Amino acid sequence: MYRYDNYDQTLVSERVEQFRDQVNRRVAGELSEDEFKPLRLMNGLYLQLHAYMLRIAVPYGTLSTVQLRKLAEIARRYDKGYGHFTTRQNLQFNWIRLEDTPDILAALATVEMHAIQTSGNCIRNVTADHFAGVAGDEIEDPRIYCEIIRQWSTFHPEFSFLPRKFKIAVTGSPHDRAAVKVHDIGLRMHRNEAGEIGFEVLVGGGQGRTPVIAKTIRPFLPKRHLLSYLEAILRIYNQLGRRDNLYKSRIKILVDSVGIDRFTQLVEEEWQQIRDGYLDLPVAEIERIRGFFAPPPYRTLDAPVPEYEGALRRDFRFARWVRTNVTPHKRPGYAIVTLSLKPTGGIPGDATDAQMDAVADLADRYGFGEVRVSHEQNLVLPDVAQADLHELWKLLETLELATPNVGLAGDIIACPGLDYCALANARSIPVAQQISKHFSDLTKLLDIGELKIKISGCINACGHHHVGHIGILGVDKHGSEFYQITLGGSADENASIGEIVGPSFGATEVVDAVETIIDTYLHVRADGERFLDTYRRIGIKPFKEKLYAAH
Amino acid sequence: MTLQVVTANRLGDGRVVFLADGYRWVEEIGLAHVGDTDEAAKALLAIAEKAAADRIVVAPYLIGVSAEDDRIMPTRYREVLRALGPSSHPEFGRPPSATAAVHR
Repeated sequence: MYRYDNYDQTLVSERVEQFRDQVNRRVAGELSEDEFKPLRLMNGLYLQLHAYMLRIAVPYGTLSTVQLRKLAEIARRYDKGYGHFTTRQNLQFNWIRLEDTPDILAALATVEMHAIQTSGNCIRNVTADHFAGVAGDEIEDPRIYCEIIRQWSTFHPEFSFLPRKFKIAVTGSPHDRAAVKVHDIGLRMHRNEAGEIGFEVLVGGGQGRTPVIAKTIRPFLPKRHLLSYLEAILRIYNQLGRRDNLYKSRIKILVDSVGIDRFTQLVEEEWQQIRDGYLDLPVAEIERIRGFFAPPPYRTLDAPVPEYEGALRRDFRFARWVRTNVTPHKRPGYAIVTLSLKPTGGIPGDATDAQMDAVADLADRYGFGEVRVSHEQNLVLPDVAQADLHELWKLLETLELATPNVGLAGDIIACPGLDYCALANARSIPVAQQISKHFSDLTKLLDIGELKIKISGCINACGHHHVGHIGILGVDKHGSEFYQITLGGSADENASIGEIVGPSFGATEVVDAVETIIDTYLHVRADGERFLDTYRRIGIKPFKEKLYAAH
Repeated sequence: MTLQVVTANRLGDGRVVFLADGYRWVEEIGLAHVGDTDEAAKALLAIAEKAAADRIVVAPYLIGVSAEDDRIMPTRYREVLRALGPSSHPEFGRPPSATAAVHR
């Protein structure tokens, strides 16, 4: 993985000391809250319902075990012994003291971590496929380009005060696990007719109040032009994006208002001015960064692996876990393991300090010291030998990290919601917990099959409800929690925005509504049809009829 | 009659606090000073704003509460969660003292 050079380390360390000084000035009364707030936000420190919340960047979802142990230590020492992995592949601590924050940031800097670009109207941390570098279907490791974008965007003087926050996601695989079509800019690596690898550039996607699927602005962009083209897009957005209305300030609104053709023309004109200049990416620089993401020293393994095949035959529970939580690896004899942070009835994305330490130990023992964070709020061990899977599974079970539900109804995304978030209208976590408990029968879960349930506590959609197969949005109705349900959303390469099924449900009715939706699907599905396939075939009407039949 | 108390987050650690008698800030809503008229509430808020200027708390505001059997509870659910802690982590909650007297 990427390692800091002197420049990176100096930049991060200086930032810590700047913030220490700013905190001291705030406490001493030299800075008012109005003056201090933008400064703390630029360092990932929010004031939430119960305390300060520190959002720590996990660039493109890749963590070393040294970094994960440091996060565990911070959870233990400065928080209440746990952290929360988010849909932005970040980690949030919910019980942070302002006075401790400079020391926490200093501790993070010792392991090449920070909280920069986790807040404010800048280019936020770039996200990527959590299977980057190991997926069987991958064309190229997207993290090389994420890191290049990271270096270009961090403290970019022209783009530090954009009209609004700006999110870029990159996938190097045809199957999009990074939800690139619902980002301000999505980059999808693919080969052109000449066989060269480059990017399809998508722009103007997003969720929130106005969900939009991104549109293609350039079908193929050669790699060397990546930064100049991004700069051209950002310049047009920075000039023309609205600053007078918070709800219309994202690039999706600009693209919609001028039209994709006109927007493309503006970007192309700008790009002609700046292309082939200092932002050109030399092959040598791409190769230098690629070196940081070189494959680990894999052993040459024979596949199939007899002890693994034997365990699959002998141990039904192990085989069930493999079916849902293990993904084929590009190397023979290896596997990608997803650690479910969704135990039955648990809080999606929460991990205790002890779990973080244990995962770090397992990643060292059964991998090459690397862990991934997925935007679906799970952790990933990217390089496990198949021969080790049975032993690893037994250990994960003792840690409550082996719930065999990845991709199923129990693998729910949920934002922190009103339990923590100052913006929320309703709680998300308890709804996720109730649904998870209700669908705790693993046989039933498998029978239902792939189903992505995503819950947000407000219209800002941190819980990605718009792109859930079943999306749940918390709303406040006269002081009570209600939940609006959408169906048919998807965040992958065939992305779609869910359709509202009808009037919202009370807090005690949501689980029943989800069950009715699932029962309707089970009743009408054709052989081999997943929930989303059925929905796309039959539409919303049959679900609506069942849900509101009694009303 | 609308009963109101002042709440804020403490500057140093961000914890939820309520304005009590004697210009004190307490973590337990049961100990908060309740204003039972608009004038009383305004006076409480003025004290709180001075405390914000003095860097004791951040962003104080008034919330509506009910007081039954001497038990003070916010009327809005958001404020109940602030007063009691996250419902999903009840072990972090702060049960309100049932015996706390309502200060008027």
